[in-house]
Amino acid sequence: MEKQKNTGTDKPDRSPLVWGLIFGIIFGFLLQKGGVTKYDVIVGQLLLTDFTVLKVMLSAVVTGMLGIHIMKTLGWVTLHPKPGSAGMSIIGGLIFGVGFAVLGYCPGTIAGAVGNGYLDALIGGVVGILLGAGLFAALYAGLKNNILKKGDFGTITLPELFKVNDWIVVIPAAGLIIFILIWLEKSNL
Amino acid sequence: MEWMTETHWSPYVVGIGIGILSGFTFLISKKPIGCSTAFARTSGMVEKIFRGKKVTEKLYYQEVKPIIDWEWMLVLGIVIGSLISSLLSGDFHWQWVPLRWASTFGSNALVRILVAILGGVCLGFGARWTGGCTSGHGISGTLQLALSSWISAICFFIGGITTAFLLYHVIG
Repeated sequence: MEKQKNTGTDKPDRSPLVWGLIFGIIFGFLLQKGGVTKYDVIVGQLLLTDFTVLKVMLSAVVTGMLGIHIMKTLGWVTLHPKPGSAGMSIIGGLIFGVGFAVLGYCPGTIAGAVGNGYLDALIGGVVGILLGAGLFAALYAGLKNNILKKGDFGTITLPELFKVNDWIVVIPAAGLIIFILIWLEKSNL
Repeated sequence: MEWMTETHWSPYVVGIGIGILSGFTFLISKKPIGCSTAFARTSGMVEKIFRGKKVTEKLYYQEVKPIIDWEWMLVLGIVIGSLISSLLSGDFHWQWVPLRWASTFGSNALVRILVAILGGVCLGFGARWTGGCTSGHGISGTLQLALSSWISAICFFIGGITTAFLLYHVIG
């Protein structure tokens, strides 16, 4: 198996672009069928009145988590965890959250919203995201070795953090997610 | 094939589908699903049109090159996939202002667009700050049990829920 670690720098990318397109078409199809290309559904989640987004995300996570850890145990795939730090993950996550609620789409679902014909996504949101990403690129050199490095923990995963076998975390995590989903259904949410 | 033309599928069917899709992207492309880096690359490409080659000298664009890559094609694919799904079900329609927004803040398209741009700026800026979005951290990262992704995803919802309540229950 090749060893790949996300160091934040790009290596020449040879993944056939056509696979990216095929996977994207399936992803977009699923997002639209799930209703999560819609502002009303996403904001409904953030207002805690419509739990579609959480149901889609948690069932994707539990399925993918089991699948990927089975394939990892078999030696078929390697993980690609992203690096993080307290300064990156908490502050960036909160800023993202504000944008998530104000815009009512996220970078993936907004692409789906464009395909669904939503013009506030195409004319407003996409332009805003590009401006925001450009602003970050402009400030990056100053941020990189400052706030983004505060409380750095790199690409560590939860099993590595707890120094246990993957499955010691995967099985309880899967159980907890399934419990939350059943609880949501029982509560008619 | 009636299921192809249905407007809505169960969120669990969709979620399980996305989980299986994640497995295939790892297996075939050795990549997790993610979306926000593609916007950063596009931003660099657009800036290059206006400011020329010196854009690529920026530290950020040396690390995240302004080129079309696998993930960029994935985002393009999302647009196409959603278009196919919505055309098949008849759910496709042009819409300037979402219903929920209109019922609280009115149906003025300009106001909605300006707020959407503002929200987009925060979203794009925050996604690059934390290195991922609801797909890259929220789904792909959490399913790999990455610490960075669990913290980011929880903060997405803390920030999002707080802001949504402020918008709809305090301002609106």
